Amino acid sequence: MMDHHLILRVVTKLLVAPILLFGLYVQFHGDFGPGGGFQAGVIFAVAFILYGLVFSLKRLCKTVPDWLVHRLIAVGLLLYAGTGVVSMFLGGAFLDYNVLSKDPVAGQHWGILIIELGVGITVFAVMLAIYYAFAGRPPALDDADW
Amino acid sequence: MPLLLPEALADHAPMLAVLVPLLAAPLAMLFGNRAFAYGISFAASVASFIFSMFLLARVMDGSVLSYHLGGWAPPLGIEYRVDAANALVLLIVSAISAVVLPFARTSIETEIAERHHTLFYACYMLCFTGLMGVAITGDAFNVFVFLEVSSLSTYVLVALGAEKDRRALSAAYDYLILGTIGATFFVIGLGLIYMTTGTLNMADLAQRLTGLESNRTLRSGFAFIVVGMGLKMAIYPLHRWLPSAYTYAPSAVSAFLAATATKVAIYVVLRFMFSVYSAKFGFERDTLQLIIFPFAIIAMFAASIVACYQINLKRMLAYSSIAQIGYMLLGVSMLNVTGLSATLVHLFNHAVTKGALFLAVGAIVYRTGSALLPHMAGLGRKMPWTSAAIVIGGLSLIGIPSTAGFVSKWVLIAGAFERDAWPVAVLIVASSLIAVVYVWRVLEVLYLQPAPANSTATEAPLGLLIPTWILALASIWFGLDADLTVSVSRTAAEALLNGGFGGDAAIIMGVEGRK
Amino acid sequence: MEQMTTLTFVLGHMNYWLFVVLMMTGLYIVVARGNLLKKVVGLNLFQAAVFMLYISMGKVAGGTAPIFTNNPAETYSNPLPHVLILTAIVVGIATTALGLALIVRINETYDTIEEDEILALDHATAQKEIDAVAKLGSDGGDVK
Repeated sequence: MMDHHLILRVVTKLLVAPILLFGLYVQFHGDFGPGGGFQAGVIFAVAFILYGLVFSLKRLCKTVPDWLVHRLIAVGLLLYAGTGVVSMFLGGAFLDYNVLSKDPVAGQHWGILIIELGVGITVFAVMLAIYYAFAGRPPALDDADW
Repeated sequence: MPLLLPEALADHAPMLAVLVPLLAAPLAMLFGNRAFAYGISFAASVASFIFSMFLLARVMDGSVLSYHLGGWAPPLGIEYRVDAANALVLLIVSAISAVVLPFARTSIETEIAERHHTLFYACYMLCFTGLMGVAITGDAFNVFVFLEVSSLSTYVLVALGAEKDRRALSAAYDYLILGTIGATFFVIGLGLIYMTTGTLNMADLAQRLTGLESNRTLRSGFAFIVVGMGLKMAIYPLHRWLPSAYTYAPSAVSAFLAATATKVAIYVVLRFMFSVYSAKFGFERDTLQLIIFPFAIIAMFAASIVACYQINLKRMLAYSSIAQIGYMLLGVSMLNVTGLSATLVHLFNHAVTKGALFLAVGAIVYRTGSALLPHMAGLGRKMPWTSAAIVIGGLSLIGIPSTAGFVSKWVLIAGAFERDAWPVAVLIVASSLIAVVYVWRVLEVLYLQPAPANSTATEAPLGLLIPTWILALASIWFGLDADLTVSVSRTAAEALLNGGFGGDAAIIMGVEGRK
Repeated sequence: MEQMTTLTFVLGHMNYWLFVVLMMTGLYIVVARGNLLKKVVGLNLFQAAVFMLYISMGKVAGGTAPIFTNNPAETYSNPLPHVLILTAIVVGIATTALGLALIVRINETYDTIEEDEILALDHATAQKEIDAVAKLGSDGGDVK
């Protein structure tokens, strides 16, 4: 694999952590302001994809192996649907967050937080899985042949 | 048919019918174990089937059930709404899924690489969830979401056929482009309706649309929805994607799609035509009589004639499906209870018949590796049970008395006579005669031609035969005992023609105990 | 005066005119271009046009972003179309990803992503099947 320019590598290393932090902010502040699982998942995945672009797919795969990515897709969806099932067991309708806590308003907060976490995990994993699927294929042309 | 469920489950039955397969999809994927993935998918299909039976039994007296998601009351919240029409569709989809899955377990061994098996089950479950969701939801935008859940997984399932024949890839791509255009048209139509009424709940829409017949935005919304769903259900001039997709998909997928996917699209159109819009609207009557009716007739003849010239049996059955969609639309365009119940009866009977035929072809492909007719010479003696299932399916496709196909055509012709449209009845009979031609071609190859000397084909394993024969026997059973299907579809047709999707009369389920 | 109202009508519905133009551009590309990749681009344009339709209809004149403040008199745009279209965008992404994945696979197996060349290859395959079957017929049996 080719080595990218020093500046790119340094800047990437500097950027990855803030991007992840921003992703978490969008994820958990989505309750009060603009944001939520969809956006946060993509932002979170962007940090990893950037790392993969600059430091090679191989090193990214060591950090987040693709079997884990596939499992995470399922885990996020289960978290979402599971919350609904729990609310059914607690006596409400599917996805009725009111019953998740004694206070309905607090229940709504809990509900949306967990649901969005599920969405975030799945979106993150799906974006990464898409990147793996495309980048993992042997390229038709080597970089040197362009 | 009183079907007892524990009260806790019964309260949530509309939700559980969709939720169980939705949960099965990630679970099948999570553990990466093929036997587990199959087990949980099959269990989910059977559970869904039981819930659908229960729902159908509950709504047979003409009542309408409503389930509020998240406890939010409609029209603000999303609701699932069940009447006889969609309970019937739910039953078709879940029954076919429960029968096809055991078949898939054996048939994908030769068609799909082992490492893709768990993903196959996950995709299959998602497709199943999507189709169930489309049928059960009472929210117009929710229809789009579930439609795309099922369509996207369908594209993947079709593309999985590429391990046997690369043409599956281009078929899946064509389907993707046309399916997406269809879905986007549908969304545009919804947008235009929403623009005028400010609501997306179907029952609420029905109320707000009364008296707005001359509104041009609503009319164009109707046009967009009919064309969009027309693409999904392969109504005659929009059927380009269907033959290739059904031909090159893995056998189990072809059977599942042929029996359910287009049916659900037809249901959506019926729902929008009769529950959201109303048959009282002049432009809807015109659409049905000036556009849908002629195309339905053309489909019955053109697609049947094209089917006669195919050498690939799966492609022949696919073209025959397009012709059958013509029959269903013909029933709708008659705009009377009998015609509409003919559509719904045929929805059911055709699902059973085509399911049996595609499964039988799948069994032949499993043994011989080819769906080409000339490769099947003499199989009538080598694979007697599979061939007999094809005979039964073929007879039902023609509409021979004592098969399911006869019942639907009988009701359809009755509907035509009710409108004094005897030429239509003649056309129905004439097009059935074309079906005789292509079914005869298959039977001739199977039974009258000698098997090549080097043929090593043997009878298909029981894992394939049992599902095939369940559907084949069902298509005889529902031909002999038509009371059940006809009465269900008559109730459903009346529910549809009453319009309004139950309005305020719906029985609310699953929110007992809420303060 | 008459002319004025026509002009205001045309200008006032600018978003919708653009929607129509964008939608037809996208649809035209899907239909007219033979390159599979360009078709996906066209499909994206087509879908983006629909997003614009929805977002336009959610706009309330003078309304702010629909974020809850404690001021009940605040006018805000209708958030529902935004939410709907968020879903549609996600569906669009999934469709695009799947379409591109299919194109990659098609390129690997067919070695081309031009529709007419793929069609020609498919026809050749079909012809080969028919020829093989015809040979089968001449060997024995009476297949036409």
